[in-house]
Amino acid sequence: MPGPKIGVYVCHCGSNIADKVDMDALRDFAGELPDVVVSRDYKYMCSDPGQDLIKADIKEYGLERVVVASCSPRMHEPTFKRACEVGGLNPYLMEMANIREQCSWVTVDRGGATRKAKALVRSAVNKARLLEPLEDKSVPVDPKTLIVGGGIAGIEAALKIAEAGYKVYLVEREPSIGGQMAKLDKTFPTLDCAACILTPKMVSAAQNPNITLLTYAEVEDVSGYVGNFEVTIRKRARGVDEKLCNGCGTCQEKCPIKVPNEFEEGMGLRKAIYTPFPQAVPNKPVIDRENCTYYKTGKCRVCERVCPPQAVRFDQEDEIIKERFGAIIVSTGYQPFDPSVGKQWGFGRYDNVITGLQFERLSNASGPTGGKVLLKDGTEPKAVAILHCVGSRDKNYNEYCSRICCMTSVKFAHLVREKTGAKVYDLYMDMRTFGKQYEEFYNRVVAERDIYFIRGKGAEIMEDPVSGGLLVRVEDTLLGVFREIPVDMVVLNVAMCPRPDAQEVAQKFGIQRSADGFFLEYHLKLEPMKTANEGVFIAGTCQAPKDIPDTVGQGAGAAAEALKVVLLGKVTVTPTTAEIRETLCSGCRMCIPLCPYTAISFNEAKGVAVVNEALCKGCGTCAASCPSGALRVRHFDNRQLLSQIEGVCAE
Amino acid sequence: MPESKKKLKLALYWAASCGGCEVAVLDLDEKILTVAELADIVLWPVALDFKYKDVEALADGSVDVCLFNGAIRNSEQLEIAELLRRKSKVMVAFGACACYGGIPALANQFDRESIFARVYGTTPSTVNPGRVLPQTKLPTPQGELHLPTFYNAVYKLDDVVDVDYYIPGCPPPPDLIWTAVEAIVSGKLPPKGATIAGERALCHSCLRKKEEKKVTAFRRVHEVIPDPEKCLLEQGIICSGPVTRDGCGTRCLNANMPCRGCFGPTPEALEHGASMLSAAATMAEGKDEATLAPILDGIVDPLGTFYRFTLADSLLRIRNKALVAGAEEKEGEEAAS
Amino acid sequence: MTENVTAKGGQGGGPAWEPKVVAIFCNWCSYTGADLAGISRLKYPAGLRIVRVMCSGRVSPAFVLKAFHEGADGVLVGGCHPGDCHYLEGNYKTLKRKLVFERLLEQFGIEKTRFRLEWISGGEGDKFARVANELIKEIEALGPLGSVAERLRQADGLSLRAEGGAGSA
Repeated sequence: MPGPKIGVYVCHCGSNIADKVDMDALRDFAGELPDVVVSRDYKYMCSDPGQDLIKADIKEYGLERVVVASCSPRMHEPTFKRACEVGGLNPYLMEMANIREQCSWVTVDRGGATRKAKALVRSAVNKARLLEPLEDKSVPVDPKTLIVGGGIAGIEAALKIAEAGYKVYLVEREPSIGGQMAKLDKTFPTLDCAACILTPKMVSAAQNPNITLLTYAEVEDVSGYVGNFEVTIRKRARGVDEKLCNGCGTCQEKCPIKVPNEFEEGMGLRKAIYTPFPQAVPNKPVIDRENCTYYKTGKCRVCERVCPPQAVRFDQEDEIIKERFGAIIVSTGYQPFDPSVGKQWGFGRYDNVITGLQFERLSNASGPTGGKVLLKDGTEPKAVAILHCVGSRDKNYNEYCSRICCMTSVKFAHLVREKTGAKVYDLYMDMRTFGKQYEEFYNRVVAERDIYFIRGKGAEIMEDPVSGGLLVRVEDTLLGVFREIPVDMVVLNVAMCPRPDAQEVAQKFGIQRSADGFFLEYHLKLEPMKTANEGVFIAGTCQAPKDIPDTVGQGAGAAAEALKVVLLGKVTVTPTTAEIRETLCSGCRMCIPLCPYTAISFNEAKGVAVVNEALCKGCGTCAASCPSGALRVRHFDNRQLLSQIEGVCAE
Repeated sequence: MPESKKKLKLALYWAASCGGCEVAVLDLDEKILTVAELADIVLWPVALDFKYKDVEALADGSVDVCLFNGAIRNSEQLEIAELLRRKSKVMVAFGACACYGGIPALANQFDRESIFARVYGTTPSTVNPGRVLPQTKLPTPQGELHLPTFYNAVYKLDDVVDVDYYIPGCPPPPDLIWTAVEAIVSGKLPPKGATIAGERALCHSCLRKKEEKKVTAFRRVHEVIPDPEKCLLEQGIICSGPVTRDGCGTRCLNANMPCRGCFGPTPEALEHGASMLSAAATMAEGKDEATLAPILDGIVDPLGTFYRFTLADSLLRIRNKALVAGAEEKEGEEAAS
Repeated sequence: MTENVTAKGGQGGGPAWEPKVVAIFCNWCSYTGADLAGISRLKYPAGLRIVRVMCSGRVSPAFVLKAFHEGADGVLVGGCHPGDCHYLEGNYKTLKRKLVFERLLEQFGIEKTRFRLEWISGGEGDKFARVANELIKEIEALGPLGSVAERLRQADGLSLRAEGGAGSA
């Protein structure tokens, strides 16, 4: 019995494939395979003329299957599926052979690459022969979007979606939205103050009726799939009735307990009932139950007594919120590198070695020193060293460049000069000023008096035995000398790192992480906000270190991705699900507990298992454990996969 | 039965088998008389004194049906299989050994040398000081005697000859044999290549209560007396019911023993052993190796458990030669100690 | 990583023996990781060929046996790291199967080295290339395995009929 008519299309991908794989040999080889009625090679199969070849051949040769040997199906499977569909062939009758990412790019020699390409093409043709037509199905989408993380990326995304008229839940773990940006003083390259540009956005987010703001809250559980994620959110008890509280601040004034303020990077103090910073949104305090006297001893209750609207609620309990969302944006931000792990920096040992964020707080008018750059003893520094790449570009810590440190350092240099008479030593490895107006900003600061840029990595910070100040050791690589620079303050511009709970968060949302620990985008260049989990998008520094402009850009981009899901109102669900062939099912029930989506149930009347295709995601785990072979996964069934294995093994 | 006047010519043969299949034929009880009425037997070594040369003398294709039981272990069995195939219109692989290799095929874990070394050397009951091993030729005063070659591997019948029908089982149950006989006599034959057994797995006929396939410990049959009402797998006992063809009448299950798989895999099973292994393993509860390994170590001898009757029909079929030498050494060491 | 190449043979005739490794990779992690190895231009021998499944949980042990049956010298199954499975728990099922299956392979005389289960994330292109090179080097040391048909032929020299019959896959 003759098989279906197959057309094979071999793509050169310019020279990407053709340089390593003998295109003529591969095309001819494909032409000789059983059931192949036409085989062609073309410079760019993904181009319009390339796709037209397929469409024309479907008509001319009556093709019943199409095999495209080109890049990864993760790249162009949708392209060629569409081409087949337009050409009149069911898109599920197309199969790809990945001869670029998994052949020409990874193979040293042409002989080996060509042999491998042939094996991959034979394997794809084998599978194609056994493919069956399938129809996409669609399911309705819940029009709400969940945004996790209320930093600038999350705020930007929330505003964009809300302004487009769609509902957003913005969940933030801290008592206020604002994220790391809220801590910053002035921002490069324009030197406008972070609060001045951020606060209006925070307020808009709070006021927009389409945004439900859930601060002091965390996502506990996510299930479901694109269009219909089921999410459980725990809104922690603030101890304050948010509806009654008017944010007057009397409670904070009267609270007798003082503890180090996290928002001030440990430099200032806050009360046990507090808002993290004056511009907090919402401007409603929380009770820190670990430090509050009432929770420790059952006594005090000062805040409760002094609260004019009587909003304090000691017995308030966590609230569990269950909601359904169409799309999710994860914008959980970064964690600053902890420089105390490296003895050489002396952080934690010397009072006046501080991190960049601590400097931001010192320099910030609402910070612990009211915006004065001061040493721990309250005096003004005479000389300040600024170190780049602390924990970045260093194989001992993080190989990657944190992107913001060069510009932050230049900004700090300027701020030190603006606020003090201190000399500034800026110790850099390379000066990377890649953004719009960055180089110009750098040039302006370079021209300022008493700022010395030294090319070299700050190697060690020691106490000066003579003056009691600090000594920074550096190899000045331009002069070719080792120097010990006496300073009285050192600012460490630390790396941006993945948050410590990144793994847990990744698992919760079904996203992956790249080798550096940040969340993995679907495609580094072309799909930076998408993840492998459809309907879950990432934005901002949880994806990789980035500055404010790029973070805002990603926030808006992720909003566009989420809107795409909710605006369409329906999502296509793959038809490549499992099915049970009832005449073969013996009712052993082996498959039922294996499905994580509880898509398989038992029909007692018929004595067979039943797949709910709306719940099935097509992983095929059940099929691999169905002993009798009654369970079958469409598009990845036993015969198809066995034929592929045969294909790659044959010589 | 319009052609009933003409008696069928029937051949029965045993190759590498235990004789159980022969007994199964006798288990037809009084129906055996009906068989005798309907058919002339031309070869039945276990019961009647025919010689091979009598069969050789028959015209090709003159035997209507050959019921061939046993696997192919040596050259004599191959020769007779080929001879009977030539003489028979319909060749039936009768019983698990002919269909799938059966128990004899478990020897495919070893090659001839190691089997001989064990059987004629190191078993506790062997007394063979001269280490005499079977030979294919033996010079005698009367001339050279030729003996069959013992193969390195055991083969199923359809490895060596074209088979028309398969009747599985160890041994095939009488009702199934009778179904086959009736079909042959009436001429109402299923399509060539058919297996005379159920299409679904045995669980379809198993009346034990099935709840949830989750297991925290596997047990072997001698370690526990199972609840006769409950699914054996759910009690941690490896039962090949879910992968094995229905049609045996749940004989083992009725005796509170698990299915060992003598009916072979269902038509769509990927492979008898691997498919059951896959299913059984996924019943173990746990998510990490520390939890899972002790549970799954409870499945001892996976090859013997999951391929008890079907090793010659499996994907890998024989042990990789490269490690056989190692196995022999081990064997030697064990014997020495 | 790039210098760690064990591929043999060049432009001319094929190599004397190039280990054949069938890799069965899940779409979301390992297959993506293998794509990343390509994007990063890491190199590994051409004998390793990948078959894509949606989840490592789809990998029936029979697929691995099929590869060995067809003459693969090694099989590499790749899935997401524990906890990272795109389908939540598929990789745990793969682990369960592996724990029994590797003992089966041993009984079949197939060296442990020849079958490997690896967790490779979509970001671990370098890990994939390292595993691929490592595995092929180890298999080279073992030598070819050969197909089951060859093994049967060597056993007794019988000319066996094409496979089929009562229970063949």
